[in-house]
Amino acid sequence: MVFELSRPGRRAWSLPEADVDGPSLEELLPEAHRRAQPPNLPELSELDLVRHYTRLSQRNWAIDVGAYPLGSCTMKYNPKLSEEAASLPGMRDLHPFEDDDLVQGALELLGTLELALCEATGMARMTFQPAAGAQGELTGLLIMRAYHDAAGDPRRRVIIPDSAHGTNPASVTLAGFEAHETPSDDRGLVDLGALREALADDVAGLMLTNPNTLGLFERDIAEIATSVHDAGGLLYYDGANFNSIVGLVRPGDMGFDIVHLNLHKTFATPHGGGGPGSGPLGVVERLEPFLPSPVLEWDEGAECWSWDHDRPQSIGRIHSFHGNFGINLRAYCYLRSLGPAGLRQVAERAVLNANYLRALIEGAFPTAYPGPCMHEFVSSAAHLKRLGVRATDVCKRLIDFGFHPPTIYFPLVVEEALMVEPTETESKETLDSLAAALNQIADEAESDPELLRSAPITTPVRRPDEARAARQLRVRWTPADPDGGS
Amino acid sequence: MDFLPHTTEDIEEMLSVLGKSGLEELFEPVPEKLRLRRDLAVPEALDEVSLRAYVVELAGRSQGTERLVCFAGGGAYDHHVPAAVSALASRAEFATSYTPYQAELSQGVLQALFEFQTLVCELFAMEIANTSLYDGANALVEAVNLAVRATGRERVVVGSTVHPHYRDVLSTYTSGLGLDIESVAFDPTRGVVDWGAVDAAGAAALVVASPNFFGVLEDVSEAAAKTHPRGGLVIAVTDPTSMGVLAAPGDKGADVAVAEGHALGNALAYGGPYVGLFATSERLLRQVPGRISGETTDRDGRRAFVLTLQAREQHIRRARATSNVCTNQTLMALAAAVHLCWLGPSGLARLGEICVRRTAYAAQRLAEIPGCRVKFPGPRFKELVLQLPSAADEIARGLARRGYLVGPALGRWYDCLLVAVTERRTRADIEGLAGAIEKELAQEPVAGSAGAQEPVAGSAGAQ
Repeated sequence: MVFELSRPGRRAWSLPEADVDGPSLEELLPEAHRRAQPPNLPELSELDLVRHYTRLSQRNWAIDVGAYPLGSCTMKYNPKLSEEAASLPGMRDLHPFEDDDLVQGALELLGTLELALCEATGMARMTFQPAAGAQGELTGLLIMRAYHDAAGDPRRRVIIPDSAHGTNPASVTLAGFEAHETPSDDRGLVDLGALREALADDVAGLMLTNPNTLGLFERDIAEIATSVHDAGGLLYYDGANFNSIVGLVRPGDMGFDIVHLNLHKTFATPHGGGGPGSGPLGVVERLEPFLPSPVLEWDEGAECWSWDHDRPQSIGRIHSFHGNFGINLRAYCYLRSLGPAGLRQVAERAVLNANYLRALIEGAFPTAYPGPCMHEFVSSAAHLKRLGVRATDVCKRLIDFGFHPPTIYFPLVVEEALMVEPTETESKETLDSLAAALNQIADEAESDPELLRSAPITTPVRRPDEARAARQLRVRWTPADPDGGS
Repeated sequence: MDFLPHTTEDIEEMLSVLGKSGLEELFEPVPEKLRLRRDLAVPEALDEVSLRAYVVELAGRSQGTERLVCFAGGGAYDHHVPAAVSALASRAEFATSYTPYQAELSQGVLQALFEFQTLVCELFAMEIANTSLYDGANALVEAVNLAVRATGRERVVVGSTVHPHYRDVLSTYTSGLGLDIESVAFDPTRGVVDWGAVDAAGAAALVVASPNFFGVLEDVSEAAAKTHPRGGLVIAVTDPTSMGVLAAPGDKGADVAVAEGHALGNALAYGGPYVGLFATSERLLRQVPGRISGETTDRDGRRAFVLTLQAREQHIRRARATSNVCTNQTLMALAAAVHLCWLGPSGLARLGEICVRRTAYAAQRLAEIPGCRVKFPGPRFKELVLQLPSAADEIARGLARRGYLVGPALGRWYDCLLVAVTERRTRADIEGLAGAIEKELAQEPVAGSAGAQEPVAGSAGAQ
């Protein structure tokens, strides 16, 4: 613990003197505004600091360390050139209030990226303000609200399938709508009958990810779109699973009106241990007036890019500045690396890898719904319950084989779910050894279930007690820490 | 360059396992009429050599704070990012890792976040903190939503000295919730809200910025005295770099402290990725948005960290979650933590002292320019409002041609500019800015044609 390494008087910092004449700090700041006790930050040498964080980094899994077959998260390789690009002067050191004339390179990057992502999604315009998928969702839902309100037809409910990500219903509530859940049918797809029943003139729209969280393509999407549009609603595309269709199918062609992308998924920007992401939001032409302000425009006459703040119907601003520019520029580098053929290959290989892995482990862990999958699939470990083995035990054992486990217990519609997304950047050898590990684990569940229940054995900590963490809450370090030690 | 590992043989073998003759067959579930039967109209692929050259050329068409001497502020500041911070926060083990749901494989990030939470608490003198939100504006929105839930009230009073973008974002976010967001005017001579005169009755929260958008310090304790007896909360919007010298929000009665944290260890990056800091008191813990790292023990009794109280969050609570936030700004939070540990208490105090004293010096020096006036008496932290004899946005553009970034301009009608002074701005930089303003006001021609080449940032060699 960094606080336990602290020794009074040690320091890493190196800063200049204030080096100006004039009043002292005490003269400039009235006592009421001055801090009496400095914050209790640790005091370390720079070497202590470097070793501490280097050690922490060694206690962490990462794509650069090994495979990450996490369903719904698209943990693909993050190209290194993107990192280098983000660190260039002229990118990393731009102030968000700089005049448009001074940042033409950055604006051209955003403008070109917008065009490319609009083309890939079939949308007319896109905003880069949303910092992540959930913020994109909220932006899209507020646009949905503004659209209906502007038409003099305010609406109350948004329909969401029961297999949806948790952010969907949470964003619906935050946008002031009511989430209406519809069931999946026995194919694992939207139950068209139930959907049509739910559609009424108070429905603002439908949120859908396609392929859905079961890794299945919603083949009735054209009928779904027609039904929702006929009821006066809009279709929202959650781009979490866009990796499986990029370059092959466009949400706009499926009938979607609003699309968010997760650039930290499909467009290979690093997840950063849980963020930053970027969740740009695209809309069809009739929704364009409602986009967050400002909107980037190319001035043909002056031959320059500029921000247009004159957007009377805009829902307003959603980010402090222009969104996660540093992430958007990484996504742009990735997109420029791949080109049109590369993007299509991404989807093809992602789907190939998922189906291949699925075929190799189908015997040990049957998929919940039959038939080919897209970029991910959901298996079940329910049959191991009779042995006293849960999905979580399978996961923990997989760690001992040198893999990050799949997502578990999601989507909620599958019992003991194992949600697997290998991504296109993993090789056949990696998939073969992952399948071999999972098959061996299934055998071990029969022959020695205790092995699974006692896993993992190779990690610095084993099965931290989550119930205790929630019951005896310790969410900050305190000097009186009875556990002590470092 | 496609980052795909498959050889032709791999693809053939994999397809044969699947009993398919081509990749096309894998897409059988996709109706034919929906398929895109053409290439996307996006630029052709570039090899790494060409792509790097292109990106360098693109970067060359923007001028950042390496080329221009940056006195710009308004919620984003040109602070020094220590080399150790960049080196550690860019380690791939952190950067390319996923959300730490699998605790055994994520002890590094979980512990770093636990330490981050502690550092944020120490900084603001608050009891608990989360693992970050998107940015300063988003942290404010989440604080307001927390106050509304905690009090069951819908009226929120926001100082008009809170960053205008934060107020815009607050209004956008809450537009569907029917909240009554009320803006309260500032005293035009002092540049602060008179919180003693504000009607706090029935308010879920008063939102006070200190240092405020003008760089001036406001009285958080006055707002607390006003609203606490009436059952409301105080949300303080503050600046983490000021916490070595300025009284902490927690010591002034704030119930929630929020801030833009990019100045701790993160690049300007044209406004993002930044990091929203969020801290509050323990009694509000279950209302807190976003992820929280908690300490526990593992099966063998060792200290371990996990994401805790997940029942508040969207993946469990869904439509009734405390927030919709999922992905946050973990890597930025990690950089902020490293920066705070690099500074320690004495470094943070030095940083604060430099900002306060050099800003005071700049205020005095710029006020000497004929026709210029520094508005509001202060006290201030690292930013000042400079009133000019003519349109501020025009002058800001002229100064950029002379190599100085200032602003933002506060609208034409005020003829005012924000000027921010960080530890990267030397005394010589301040003299240089004053000289450039004098030349600009005298409409002297800009030396050289391209501009921007005249001064050298940090010319006293202090960095």
